Amino acid sequence: MDVYILSSCRITNDRLIADGKEVLTRNCEKGPAWLNTIYRALGIQYPKFFKMDNLAKVGFLAAEVVMHDTEIARDRENYAVVCLNSASSIDDDRAYQQTIASKELFFPSPAVFVYTLANIVTGEIAIRHNIFGESSFYVYENFSALRLYDSIKDVFNNPDMSAVIGGWVNYDEDCDVLMLRACRLSDPEKMLLSENNINNLYK
Amino acid sequence: MYILSDNIISPLGFSTAENFEAVCLGRSALRYYSDKFDLPEPFYASLIEEDRLNEAFGKLPVNHRRYTRLEMMSILSAYSAIMDSGIDAGADDVLFVFSTTKGNVELLDEENSFEKERVYLWRSAQIVAKFFGNDNEPVVVSNACISGCAAQIAAMNYLENHNYKYAVVIGAEVLSKFIVSGFQSFKALSPTLCKPFDKNRCGLNLGEAAATIVYAKEDDAVTVTENAVRLVGGAMHNDANHISAPSRTGEGLYRSLMQLCPHNIAFISAHGTATAYNDDMESVAINRAGLNRIPVTSLKGYFGHTLGAAGVVESIISCHALQNHIVLKTAGTEEVGTVNPINVCLANAEITELSFIKMMSGFGGSNAALLFTENKKID
Repeated sequence: MDVYILSSCRITNDRLIADGKEVLTRNCEKGPAWLNTIYRALGIQYPKFFKMDNLAKVGFLAAEVVMHDTEIARDRENYAVVCLNSASSIDDDRAYQQTIASKELFFPSPAVFVYTLANIVTGEIAIRHNIFGESSFYVYENFSALRLYDSIKDVFNNPDMSAVIGGWVNYDEDCDVLMLRACRLSDPEKMLLSENNINNLYK
Repeated sequence: MYILSDNIISPLGFSTAENFEAVCLGRSALRYYSDKFDLPEPFYASLIEEDRLNEAFGKLPVNHRRYTRLEMMSILSAYSAIMDSGIDAGADDVLFVFSTTKGNVELLDEENSFEKERVYLWRSAQIVAKFFGNDNEPVVVSNACISGCAAQIAAMNYLENHNYKYAVVIGAEVLSKFIVSGFQSFKALSPTLCKPFDKNRCGLNLGEAAATIVYAKEDDAVTVTENAVRLVGGAMHNDANHISAPSRTGEGLYRSLMQLCPHNIAFISAHGTATAYNDDMESVAINRAGLNRIPVTSLKGYFGHTLGAAGVVESIISCHALQNHIVLKTAGTEEVGTVNPINVCLANAEITELSFIKMMSGFGGSNAALLFTENKKID
């Protein structure tokens, strides 16, 4: 069974790349301001975005890019979301830790705490795109095209699954994302899902 | 894939046998804590005593490295299961799969002498795998409350589709100020012992545990005991509804159950956290799947909700219940009251069927269901 990459999105500290083409370069502060810039550039109306932590934001944005040319279709029921990273939710963990650091400054917030689960980003993507398939989150030390390939490919062991939104979504000190939309189809026009092709898109 | 061996480290015991016996006798590990973790509000939880953990760990052939509490529990649990399985855990064809939600997150809290990267989940997993001389990069599954079930599904994928013969699946969670304060801020904790599926349930209790299952690939020439249990299927589906509230229609869980096409089921080992919404959601999903007459049990009244360990702990206890031909009672529950009627098991009872379902749901809208079957010789 062959799996093809229908679209891809790379987000780094400085650049937004869609299907291999640079579409935005950062000219603001890095971090949250950069994510807000991308949000505005994509012309999305989704107020919940502003409640998300940075990891969920960047995963959400990358998913918007790889889903941009798909219609709101019923078959999204058979999509899956699979994300991998290195830092899990460490950025929000540090933010939450600030709220409980001392007895004097003790104001734990459920709105911050909920994002201390790495897989919330997969849930945000599932909600936005009406995805009822599997949603999974794996953690590895470094980006690995092989692990990403395996994680996406294994979803298709379930014959009901038609597509996967899957990628490396890391947000620690730096923002490092490669999101793919992969489908089970035979289309020589498209890029085959392979370790080599994933590495080329990540470069 | 077959279960070769297992272990549970919890306040109820440091072996599966001790834990299973305690549960059969209706013992709970949940206790009342005030002033614990420097928190203003008291809470009920299932916590492993420091001295007991250190003593047990001290008996292992340990190198001089320092380990965190999470790592000690994980290593102890895996050590016992690996010894019982007879596998060479350092071999190339053994994969470690580690399930946790927060790992060593308490290291963020205070000055400590551990290296900075020790708070990363992959680091804990590497340290545990390295203890056993395993050089394969471990798979870390961090999928909120369904992590322990998701890790078993990941192990199944790796054994079926990749070059591994054995998987060591470890689920571990330690409680800390970080986790308890978070659940308190969510108003998710019960001021009493939890009452899964009860009319008057008012929240969950948290717990800590480490648990390990050693799985073997099916087509391998492994000798398994006559009544060995197999994990025959796993399914995961998202609710696509809310990041922290369960779906009112039980959508993702219903879909997970339907994907497994279960029949001749002895019991359902539910998530049963004892929060109002979770338990109602499960009752809806069970009814939609037409499983409303199947006995349902929750183990949260014994162990609390052990988060990333829960799927592994509860799968192990349920497998042993299956092999002992019983369905375990739901501790803490007096009067069942869920939005849709379900058959909650309130006393240990005999069973004859050879399969059960383990299910879990969690934040991020994630749901998982596993189908286990006991191997029986057909005469």
